[in-house]
Amino acid sequence: MTDWPILSVATFVPLVGVLLILLIRDDSETGRRNIRNVSLIVTTFNFLFSLFIWANFDDSKVGFQFVEQAQWLGEGISYHMGVDGISVLFVVLTAFLMPLCILASWESVQHRVKDYMIAFLILETLVIGAFCALDIVLFYVFFEGGLIPMYLIIGVWGGKRRIYAAFKFFLYTLVGSVLMLLAIMAMYWNSGTTSIPDMLAHDFPANMQIWLWLAFFASFAVKLPLWPVHTWLPDAHVEAPTAGSVVLAGILLKLGGYGFIRFSLPMFPIASVELWPLIFTLSVVAIIWASLVALMQDDVKKLIAYSSVAHMGYVKMGIFSANAQGVNGAIFQMLSHGLVSAALFLCVGVIYDRMHTREIAAYGGLVNNMPKYAAVFLVFSMANIGLPGTSGFVGEFLVLIGAFQVSSWIAILATLGVILSAGYMLWLYRRVIFGPLEKESLKSLLDLSQREKVLLYPLAALIIFFGVYPLPVFDVTAVTVDALINNYNAALEAANGLALAD
Amino acid sequence: MTAETLVASLQLSTPELILAVGSMVLLMIGVFSGKQSSNMVTGLAVALLIAAGVWMVLVSDLGVGYGGSFLQDPFARFMKVLTLIGSITALAMAVGHAQEEQIDRFEFPVLIVLATLGMMLMISANDLIALYLGIELQSLALYVVAAINRDSTRSTEAGLKYFVLGALSSGMLLYGASLIYGFTGHIGFPEIAAAVADGERSIGVVFGLVFLLAGIAFKISAVPFHMWTPDVYEGAPTPVTAFFAAAPKIAAMAMLVRVVIGAFEPVALDWQQIIVFISIASMVLGAFAAIGQRNIKRLMAYSSIGHMGYALVGLAAGSQVGVRGVVIYMLIYMITTLGTFACILAMRRKEEGNVEQIDDLSGLASSNPLMATILTIFMFSLAGIPPLAGFFAKYFVFLAAIESGLYALAVIGVLASVVGAYYYLRIVKIMWFDEASAGFVPVAGELRVVMGVSGLFVLGYVLVGGPLGRAAGVAAQTLFVAG
Repeated sequence: MTDWPILSVATFVPLVGVLLILLIRDDSETGRRNIRNVSLIVTTFNFLFSLFIWANFDDSKVGFQFVEQAQWLGEGISYHMGVDGISVLFVVLTAFLMPLCILASWESVQHRVKDYMIAFLILETLVIGAFCALDIVLFYVFFEGGLIPMYLIIGVWGGKRRIYAAFKFFLYTLVGSVLMLLAIMAMYWNSGTTSIPDMLAHDFPANMQIWLWLAFFASFAVKLPLWPVHTWLPDAHVEAPTAGSVVLAGILLKLGGYGFIRFSLPMFPIASVELWPLIFTLSVVAIIWASLVALMQDDVKKLIAYSSVAHMGYVKMGIFSANAQGVNGAIFQMLSHGLVSAALFLCVGVIYDRMHTREIAAYGGLVNNMPKYAAVFLVFSMANIGLPGTSGFVGEFLVLIGAFQVSSWIAILATLGVILSAGYMLWLYRRVIFGPLEKESLKSLLDLSQREKVLLYPLAALIIFFGVYPLPVFDVTAVTVDALINNYNAALEAANGLALAD
Repeated sequence: MTAETLVASLQLSTPELILAVGSMVLLMIGVFSGKQSSNMVTGLAVALLIAAGVWMVLVSDLGVGYGGSFLQDPFARFMKVLTLIGSITALAMAVGHAQEEQIDRFEFPVLIVLATLGMMLMISANDLIALYLGIELQSLALYVVAAINRDSTRSTEAGLKYFVLGALSSGMLLYGASLIYGFTGHIGFPEIAAAVADGERSIGVVFGLVFLLAGIAFKISAVPFHMWTPDVYEGAPTPVTAFFAAAPKIAAMAMLVRVVIGAFEPVALDWQQIIVFISIASMVLGAFAAIGQRNIKRLMAYSSIGHMGYALVGLAAGSQVGVRGVVIYMLIYMITTLGTFACILAMRRKEEGNVEQIDDLSGLASSNPLMATILTIFMFSLAGIPPLAGFFAKYFVFLAAIESGLYALAVIGVLASVVGAYYYLRIVKIMWFDEASAGFVPVAGELRVVMGVSGLFVLGYVLVGGPLGRAAGVAAQTLFVAG
């Protein structure tokens, strides 16, 4: 099964799509339709292929599967790919959201369709590559390369302040990442390898860990994003086209969380323990502060963007609780948020395509003429609040259990965030969907089209399915997370032993 | 020197002899067939450079000649090949523009060949006198080339400025060389290395070293000896600027590496501080000063100042890894720069002729998507964003800095690269996000080839980086085995 490069196929199939699109030189409406069709077929194929990876993934095994390794740039830098229980589901999530992004842009993007689709396909390659990379330099290449297509997506197809948002997004992320790059180099000289599995087995000296941890933190905290370096996110989300927001919230933010689980926690356990007050404080501030800010927004997208910041606070807290519940919960929360935030941004896209405004005040009473829309939007809002029965609940609950074991006060404060999220989401829902249908401009709005149903119904079904029956996810993650936590505790004990011996 | 060693030395330097004799012949051809011969002379000059390169790679031996002043080793060969590629490309790009830029004189290709000869001698120089001769041959040719458009005040100003400041730097270099000779009693690099290694380090040698480095820093336009760069880049005709930005930088950097590693490795601590300082100053100034530029040639001047700073990061490490980083950096820098200048040369409108303002690029993504894509690739590569070549260039130099524990240098360097990313992004923004202005005339054939090949290289470095990195490693190794 592992004879052929299954992960490379998943990673580079979108590039084949790019080549196909480049061959289409027809600039007429037919040509554009062909471009859209090719993109949709390629991304859908890749999604089915990722399901195939999931199906063949052996969840009883610890360690990386479908491993590929080849010489690359010398100096130990190799082309090394593989997935474990942590990363495989992110590959599936990415491959799942991409066809939705293409579909979401079917009608709303009419300008430079070719470049748009190429940017998305390249982005898919880079993100899947980042999740599969087992060489830290290769990871960095994929991780950082994603900036280029995203910069263009925001800048070319974005809203009014798109240029400001694109620059801010790019430069913020770059500052964090270059520091991580230096840390990667220092890790190479210390461990003599760039292979992630080998680095996981290497014990970095305690005094070095703090610096390395901070450098990685600089990168992933910006990406996740964590208060106070989250300010690029509302701008980027608001200005990006709908599909751009979906990719950002659904996938790119997860790279930050994934990075924490893959690198910071297992590679720098001593630093992770020493710095936990910092992490938990920032996470709690992020949850409460971002929720309060979300309450004050009058732009739908901005509100959802701030709610993303709050939800990512839970992820961070779960990861650094460093127990099985916390980490499993964080992974689940990221996957669930990938679906929920993507769905919410698609919902905003639905009304934005009709009205071309994101002002909450411009809407009201949509339940009267858009009942189907109101129903799916309700499901997503509830999932965002974390109502039991939706996927949003499972992750948050586990994270809170995990955090409670570390510090009950922190968990209590974080729970406030759940209440606040109910506040802003219900209020948003009331202002947009309920109330009398008074505005003239809204009266002629049509309910969901076929295309929008295809987009939103599966998401709603999945969110409820995973809320009721989350086991398929935990089956995959459990063994890997257990191993991770055991290694983490063993490393800490060893370090403590050393400290005592001194 | 016996006849035998003379013959051996001549054989060793055959590529240089090809260029020296060839340039005389070209001069004769030009003089006797008059003005209309410039195209033919250019073609012959390109052929000459290719012949020298082919001979060097396929036929030439390695070794030391002329009583130790001429050294041909894998490092020299690697850098010479780069230099030749740079010169050939710049000459080829000049052809289409010669008429318009008023450089369609047969002297132009001859001077380029002579400058290239000077660069090859610089790279192979193994003592202070050979080094000075190489530099002067190269510089004198470059001064004239900068002012080749005699009717333009900007071009003559550029030439004059370059000449005056260049003469000053040559003076400093000579002064430094004489101090070093005076205090060590040697002019050969290996002998100097031996002298500073076993004798106690005298202040006079360090003094001389400082002057020597100042002179060379001028040639690579590192801060604080960079003042001439923006004016010369802007004033000189664009094909000449393309030439300035590529080949001479390679040669001067190779020479700097040779001097500090070959001759002064034992006193590494002394020169390391100097290199660290000029590296930081170049990176920071290059990043901040470029932000306000409106003229793209001026912007590229500051960009090249910054890039020399990054290359010096590798040298500051003073290790084999560091030198390999410098070699890879120069390779990638040169190809990216040549590609970028091909794009700049293609900025040409029917009625206005060549334009140089950054704003002239606005909306290029609509009017000429292919050129916009290629220039975007170059900009992201210069900014050091993976998976493009520029990222790997920076990766290898900073890798060396981290190995040597130069953390402050590395942190300042990467932060400067973020600032630098801003102005590269601005060019991308102007091309992609802004409204289209009038399009350019169709791109000339030779520029398309340069753009295409260098674009593919920058994009495909992830595929070819392995063997290239190994070749650079071999080149860097020779400096350390000998020393």
